Amino acid sequence: MTLRGTTIPHAAGFVAGDGPRIVTAHFDDPEAHVLSRYEELGGYEGLRRALDSSPGEVHSIIREATVLGRGGAGFPAGVKWGFCPEGVWPRYLVVNGDESEPGTYKDRLLMELDPHQLIEGALIACYAVGLSQCFLYVRGEMALAQERIANALNEAYAAGYVGRNIMGTDFSVDVVLHWGAGAYVVGEETALIESLEGKRGMPRLKPPYFPAAIGLYGQPTIVNNVETLSNMPWIMNNGAEAYRAIGTESSPGTRMVAVSGHVKRPGVYEIVNGSTTFRDLIYGEDMCGGIREDRELKAFVPGGGSAPWFLPEQLDIPFEGRQASAAGSMLGSGAVIVMDETTDIPRAALSLTHFYAHESCGKCTPCREGGTWLERIMTRIVDGVGTERDLEMLLEVGRNICPGDFPHAADSSRGLEAVPFPYRMNTICFVGPSAYAPVNSALTLFPEEFEARVRRDEGVVVPSPGRESRV
Amino acid sequence: MTDHFTPANLDLAHEIIDRYPVKRSAMIPLLHLAQEQDGWVTEDAMRQIAELVGVTPAEVLGTCSFYEMFKRRPVGRFLINICGTLSCQLMGAGELIHHAERKLGITSGDTTPDGLFTLAVAECQAACTEAPCLQVNYRHRYRVTPEDFDILVDELRSEADRGEGPDPGNPDAGGVPRHGVLSLSRQHIPAERAAGPSSPTSDQGPPAWMPPPDAEEQK
Ligand SMILES: Cc1cc2nc3c(=O)[nH]c(=O)nc-3n(C[C@H](O)[C@H](O)[C@H](O)COP(=O)(O)O)c2cc1C
Ligand code: SF4
Ligand code: FES
Repeated sequence: MTLRGTTIPHAAGFVAGDGPRIVTAHFDDPEAHVLSRYEELGGYEGLRRALDSSPGEVHSIIREATVLGRGGAGFPAGVKWGFCPEGVWPRYLVVNGDESEPGTYKDRLLMELDPHQLIEGALIACYAVGLSQCFLYVRGEMALAQERIANALNEAYAAGYVGRNIMGTDFSVDVVLHWGAGAYVVGEETALIESLEGKRGMPRLKPPYFPAAIGLYGQPTIVNNVETLSNMPWIMNNGAEAYRAIGTESSPGTRMVAVSGHVKRPGVYEIVNGSTTFRDLIYGEDMCGGIREDRELKAFVPGGGSAPWFLPEQLDIPFEGRQASAAGSMLGSGAVIVMDETTDIPRAALSLTHFYAHESCGKCTPCREGGTWLERIMTRIVDGVGTERDLEMLLEVGRNICPGDFPHAADSSRGLEAVPFPYRMNTICFVGPSAYAPVNSALTLFPEEFEARVRRDEGVVVPSPGRESRV
Repeated sequence: MTDHFTPANLDLAHEIIDRYPVKRSAMIPLLHLAQEQDGWVTEDAMRQIAELVGVTPAEVLGTCSFYEMFKRRPVGRFLINICGTLSCQLMGAGELIHHAERKLGITSGDTTPDGLFTLAVAECQAACTEAPCLQVNYRHRYRVTPEDFDILVDELRSEADRGEGPDPGNPDAGGVPRHGVLSLSRQHIPAERAAGPSSPTSDQGPPAWMPPPDAEEQK
């Protein structure tokens, strides 16, 4: 089988399909990050159009377009922008470029390949909501993205697109490039704000600390994801109606999805929101083209490392938030991790649990202690020294983090019904529950792999090179 | 107290601080600047950063120690972070890590005796489709096989032998900048173009381009 769709060498991993392209429209052009080229491609036209309208009009267009946040929570940007309390000034914009959720790879491409599109989108937000300073927070471990954005900003300042009296109007805003220093939890919006204030990146309690109300320096602050804002120039140029014409009523537009793991062509795809199914994505000839060596699919993570897992049974669910929730998971950050029949399920779950346990900020006990416990118990089981009691203990620790039934997918072969998303939680942010999510999925959907391990069945415990050297 | 930052970096530090409405926000950028200057974050640097942003040295240490990238002891010229998270693990990260440890003769977390390489197992690097991947001083290498790893190490060794590799101010030199140097270009806001920081305590009412609230309501 030959795969359709074009891979683009300078955009490692990106595959251009036949569908509409909104945020990745310039990815074919290796020079799109340079201002002169960006202008030739129609760059900053969206901002110009915005400045020809009133801020309220621009806000209405974005509200009407219904841009669901691409950072994980899927909240409509236009609605969020309306949450700033009236009469409280100044207000800030913080752009969340901290991308580090396991499996997620899209914002980095947008920052490296099309930094001006992001800057333009951020400026449109600032204009619409009256945000008088913008901080562009890029993950620390992304040297190239930092370079590209620094260059883009320097050019944009010189050309009058950023800074004082933008394009000769009374719209004035500085965009400040800021970068982090390596801490996953800082991607959580209130932790991002703490970090930007020069502190340890620990999440704040919501309520009362909803950023739109009490954010950076206690002021109203809009936090938006890189991909969310990268949509804004296109919407200003083409209108809300054109945007809503793509995708579905509840999920308009497109979204970027990274598919990694055991597929023939792992890659980053811009898919039509709401209608594309997981089967299209994993098996489509213009997308991943199926499982490597035509093996069987065992399970997949549908929305980043925090998301409960799906089975082949869930392949026909479309990329649409409500349907994913009803089926027991979430779409999160647009990251699908595919595991074929050879995958050692407890070991895969341990990898993710290790990640979240390691990234706990330590502020709440169920996450700080629970994450460590989960990791220790899982390690025992994977290493073949776990017991029956350990399996119960995993569930107990899980219930301390998230009381009640934890969401999971249906498995009709075993008469297992889905428990819908979301869960209840005893923690401030989602890192604690995320440490448990892979354990719960693995244990609920593949109990036999755990039982074989604790029974010490012949041949189930395979030493893995390299893992013992992990911290 | 004598300055820890070089005069050029001290100027840069002030330029950075002046962009923020509250000085303390410059703390992480200044820690990066210190690490760029020295290759790691020294006590002296933290002391001067404290002075520059108006907090205690303990507060700087508090922030500094939270973040993985800040090294409070020297590391090799090249920090090799191999991603060990799920997408990479599924595609052979374990074998790559094992191979790297044998090739360099160290376990992850350690530095080679010649001070060239520090090896570490790291978390997801936002390159999951290009698994297994690694970063050298936070610059990506994709779909790395054990053979690729050997070639990479040999290249970096000879680059170091020749004393090459770019530094800030010399972005076109090619090769991998030494540890501590992240972005090879920096943002500079020209004074005549700057809108200026928005102080949270200024209470100046809505910004110039926003219509007064009642005008907005009529729409
Ligand atoms: C632990 C954790 C990590 C997160 N990491 C990111 C991230 O790296 N990038 C991001 O945009 N959002 C991340 N989020 C979501 C943000 O809190 C926030 O919802 C988002 O930036 C809002 O932007 P949006 O509405 O445009 O999606 C994270 C959330 C949590 C709980
Ligand atoms: S859940 Fe974990 S990471 Fe989140 S605030 Fe609590 S301790 Fe910190
Ligand atoms: S899992 Fe290795 S880069 Fe994401």
